[in-house]
Amino acid sequence: MTRSWRGPGLGAPALALPALGLLASVVYPLALTAPTALGGGAPGRVFATSWFQAAALHTATIALAATTGCILLALMLGLVFAFLPFPGAGLVSRAIDTVIALPTFLVALAFTFFYGSAGVVNEALMALLHTDIAPLAFLYTKWGVIMIEITVYTPFVLRPLLAAFAQIDPAQLEMASSLGAGPWRIVRGIILPAALPALLAGGSLCLLLTVNEFGVLFFIGARGVITLPLLIYDKAIQEFDYPAACAVALANVALSLSLFALYRAVLRRLAADADV
Amino acid sequence: MTTLFAGRETRPVRFALWGAAWLLLLVFYAGPLLLIVLASFAGQWNGALPSHLTWRHYGQALTGDQAGSLWASLATGMIASTAALALGTTAALALRGARPAWQRIGSLAFYLPSAVPTVSVGLGLLVAYSRRPVLLNGTVAIVVLAHLAIVSAFAFGAVQAGLARLPPEYEDVAAGLGARRFYLLRRVTLPLLAPYLGAAFNLAFALSMGELAATIMVYPPGWVTMPISIFALTDRGDTFEGAALTVILAAATLLVLGGVARVVARAGGRARKDRRAR
Repeated sequence: MTRSWRGPGLGAPALALPALGLLASVVYPLALTAPTALGGGAPGRVFATSWFQAAALHTATIALAATTGCILLALMLGLVFAFLPFPGAGLVSRAIDTVIALPTFLVALAFTFFYGSAGVVNEALMALLHTDIAPLAFLYTKWGVIMIEITVYTPFVLRPLLAAFAQIDPAQLEMASSLGAGPWRIVRGIILPAALPALLAGGSLCLLLTVNEFGVLFFIGARGVITLPLLIYDKAIQEFDYPAACAVALANVALSLSLFALYRAVLRRLAADADV
Repeated sequence: MTTLFAGRETRPVRFALWGAAWLLLLVFYAGPLLLIVLASFAGQWNGALPSHLTWRHYGQALTGDQAGSLWASLATGMIASTAALALGTTAALALRGARPAWQRIGSLAFYLPSAVPTVSVGLGLLVAYSRRPVLLNGTVAIVVLAHLAIVSAFAFGAVQAGLARLPPEYEDVAAGLGARRFYLLRRVTLPLLAPYLGAAFNLAFALSMGELAATIMVYPPGWVTMPISIFALTDRGDTFEGAALTVILAAATLLVLGGVARVVARAGGRARKDRRAR
C-alpha cells in the first residue's frame, strides 16, 4: 500500500486543479452538511428517535451478516477453484469477477426474477406442491437483502483469496499430505493461516461497502428494512426534512470513515507483517 | 494444482465437492443472472418459464420515455470519467515528486472520498448547490459533479497504483541522458502508464454507468440516467422492460470497457515498438 511511487512528477502547483475539483465535488458539499444538521438542532432530535436507532441496528446487522456470508462463500468457492478445480473453473472464477463491474441493483433485480413471489423458483415449487401460496418469501425481508449483498460483494473477498492461495507452495501441501495429514488438517493447518490476511482485508472492505449499500435495498424495498443510507433518501427526498437527513448523513459518514480507518489499519498491519 | 488430496481423493468425494460448489454458483450467481436475461426476452410469463420470447421489450426500452436515458448515462459517464482521469492523473503526478509526508497526506485526501457513502455525497451536493453563491440544483452539471465526486477517488487510486508498478529503469536512463522533466513525462512516463490510465478510465466509467445513490438525490427531470429509468420501470410494474434496459446497461458498460482496453493495448504496443525502433 505504501509502496514507493516516487519519481519525476509535476510540481506542486499542478495540484491546484485536482484540489479544486475535490473541493467543489466533495469537501464543500460535505462541509455544509454539518451546519445544516446543527442549525435545525437535528442531531439531538434525530438520534433519540426509535426510527434512527432501528435504522442503525439494521445497517449493522445486515452488514455483519453479509460480510460473514461473503467470507464463507468466498472460502468455499475459492478452495474448490484453487485446489480441486473442475473443468472451466478458471472461466467461472473470471465471470464472477465481472460482477464487480456491474451495478448492485442489477443483482437485486435478477434475484426478483429468480426468488421473487412470481419468480422461477416459487412458480416451480407452487406447481410441484399444488399450492397458490409462494413457499419462498425471504426475498423481501432482510434475509433477501443479505443474500443479494453476499452475491454482490463476495468477489471482493474471492479475488485476494485466490491470489493468496496461488502463493502457497504446492510442495508444502504435498509434504503435509505425504506425512499423513488429511485434507481437513491441511486446510486448517496450512491453507487457512495463509489465507487469513486476504480474508481480513477483503472482509473489512466488504463491511465498509455493505454499510453504505443503497441500490440493493432501494430496489428490493423490503418492508420495514430501513438502513442509514435509505433513511437519508427518505428524509431528504420523500419528506424534504433536510436537517434530519443531514444528521443521519453525519452519523453514516462517521461510521463509514471509521470502517475505512479499520480497513487501512488492517492493510498496513499486513504489509508490515509481510515485510518481516 | 489438485494437491489438497494429493490426487488421492475418491471420485465420489470429488463429485460431492464439485456438486456443492455448482449448487452455490447456481443459487447465488448463475440462476439469478441468467434469469434477468431471460426476463428481458419474455413475451408472456405465467408459469415457471416464459411461454414465448420476444425482442419487444428492447424496442420499448429504447423508444419510450427511457429513450434519452442511454444517452444521458453515456454522456455523464464519458464527461465524468474523462474529467476524473485528467484530475486523478494530474494529482498523482503532482504528488509523485513531493516529500513522503506530503505524499501521504495528499493521497489520503484524494482517496478518502471513496469511503464516503454515496447517498451522503448526493445529499451534500443537493444542500450545497441549492443555495448561494453557486446555484446548480436542477441542472445537468450537478449530476456530472456527483459522478465526478464518486469516481475521482477510484481513478486517482488506479493511476497511483500504476505509478508504483512502473519499472524505474526507463525514467532513470532518460533522466541520465539529460531529458527535461516534461519531455520525460510526455515521452517516457505517460506511455508506460497508458495501460493503467486505461484501467483507471474503465473503472471510473463502469462506476458512473451504474451510479444510483447520489444521482437519485440530485437528478433533474430532463436528465434521467439508466439506473433511475430502470427503477422507474420496475416500480410501475414494467419489469420486463426494466430487465431489458438493465441488460442494455450491462452490455454497454462491458462493451465500452472492452473497447477502451483494446485501444490502450494497441497504444502500449505502439509505444513499445517505437522504443525498440529508436
